[in-house]
Amino acid sequence: MADLLAIEALRAGYGEAVVLPNMTLRITDGQVLAVLGRNGTGKTTLINSIVGITRRFGGSIRLGGLDMTAMRPDQRARAGIGWVPQERNIFRSLTVEENMTAVAQDGPWTVAKVYEMFPRLKERRNNFGNQLSGGEQQMLAIGRALTLNPRVLLLDEPTEGLAPIIVEELLKALGTITRSSGICSIIVEQHAQKILGLADRVVILERGTIVHDASSSALKADPAILERHLGVSEGAAH
Amino acid sequence: MSARDEVGFHAQQHARWHWGEFVFWIAALACAFVFPSRYLIMTDIVRLALFALSLDLILGYAGIVSLGHAAFFGVGAYAAGLLSLHGIITEPVIALIVAGLAAMLLGFATSFLVIRGVDLTRLMVTLGIALLLEALAERFSDITGGTDGLQGIEMQPILKIFAFDMFGKTGFFYSLIVLFLLFLLARRVVHSPFGLSLRAIKNNPLRAAAIGIPVNRRLIAIYTLAAFYAGIAGALFTQTTALASLDVFAFERSADLMLVLVIGGAGYLYGGLIGALVFRMLQEVFAAITPQYWQFWIGLVLVVIVLMGRARLHRWVLFLPNLIITQLAGRKAVVAVPEGESDG
Repeated sequence: MADLLAIEALRAGYGEAVVLPNMTLRITDGQVLAVLGRNGTGKTTLINSIVGITRRFGGSIRLGGLDMTAMRPDQRARAGIGWVPQERNIFRSLTVEENMTAVAQDGPWTVAKVYEMFPRLKERRNNFGNQLSGGEQQMLAIGRALTLNPRVLLLDEPTEGLAPIIVEELLKALGTITRSSGICSIIVEQHAQKILGLADRVVILERGTIVHDASSSALKADPAILERHLGVSEGAAH
Repeated sequence: MSARDEVGFHAQQHARWHWGEFVFWIAALACAFVFPSRYLIMTDIVRLALFALSLDLILGYAGIVSLGHAAFFGVGAYAAGLLSLHGIITEPVIALIVAGLAAMLLGFATSFLVIRGVDLTRLMVTLGIALLLEALAERFSDITGGTDGLQGIEMQPILKIFAFDMFGKTGFFYSLIVLFLLFLLARRVVHSPFGLSLRAIKNNPLRAAAIGIPVNRRLIAIYTLAAFYAGIAGALFTQTTALASLDVFAFERSADLMLVLVIGGAGYLYGGLIGALVFRMLQEVFAAITPQYWQFWIGLVLVVIVLMGRARLHRWVLFLPNLIITQLAGRKAVVAVPEGESDG
């Protein structure tokens, strides 16, 4: 299958600091990629570089043959990069519905479809962004990214700081989004056990470099790899 | 329903008129019949309201601060004056639109400077533009009349039917209709996905860009539109007073506008309108009580408003209406503190 997102020799960071020294990564259409790694290994920088908000020192990023390297963040988003940032970043003075309609683009994902996926958002449709719980904000952040009808969905630690019951609900929704809709997704997580069931493929980062790249099933079969790179015990991976 | 249809549907849902708005506009119209001897001051309030509406579009919705909004007001005022004085366009409505477009052109040209910075830079850039235009107007006195302003402006009847009268009745109705029409347009704009994206930009421009909102383009668009509004306000000033002098570019005019929005609140369109009314009323009342020190009292009121926070003030002001509504309609208070107040 052809590559949907192709990152070639990307060198990026913030200010003068280079966080990703030489990143090459290709993802095929419909693939769900989990990016794992300890704190400060460059996972968020990788996502931010795809979004276009880091400083690029070299390399290129292509989406379905379209060279996005010189594009502004808004142009990348319109080209098909949907982003669910780590801090969710809901627009506080917009209602749930307005948060989505402010960015919606034509495509299969409509506000109504997001409501089907997250009925709780429908109940809160007229609440302002600052009147939502953490879980609801995360649902809205995902819903907002979906109404943009992206070709690649980037999720930066989507379960961070949420109650276990909400995490379960979110993972179930993410499973539906990635499996039934076939949206190519990159999910950044610190906790491997939460995400291995969703992902087709896993890359592990250390110091901004991919140190392991394998299928999710292969990683599940060899928990020692997780132990070595992430310090995760064998049982946790199952 | 496609995503695009859905966006339109939701935008329309949010743009529905509330009963309070009908009351507001009926009350504005009723003023013409209740205070027939006060047309001039009421026209002044309407002009200021339109000017404040213009600033609200950029400050309240897009977060662009400006201390030089008088630049567009001035261009609109002089354009309307010159068009009439030289007989280029004598019909006031057409002249009004052309004057607005002249200000809009300046707004578009200067928007590229304004979007480059953030708050303090923007304050300085906008202030600089207004000062520059004031200096240019003074320098080219053969065109602008210099410190004497444009002399001998004579306004033709509106649509060749309604002549301006010395009591200001025609001017008031004309200004009120213009304000209402431009308010409708502004309302449409701020409730559209475009307007929502402006509020997203105001919340966080970096994040807004990262989720697909073309920040600079949107800011240029709203700044240009606001310049059009300010130009129309300026043109109304010239057409209803038959005056255009350097004073239209004055810093005080831009500063007063900020005060109007502080009083009325930014980001819900009515803030500028209510603020204009309260500001002029305060001026009238304080000037009557202490003609020499009215500015002191205005300043004091503003300090109190800022220190107490408008949200708290709104709650006090709305206490009685809410109590009446609760008693009469048997439901919870429906008059709310405008949205966005809680934004930190």
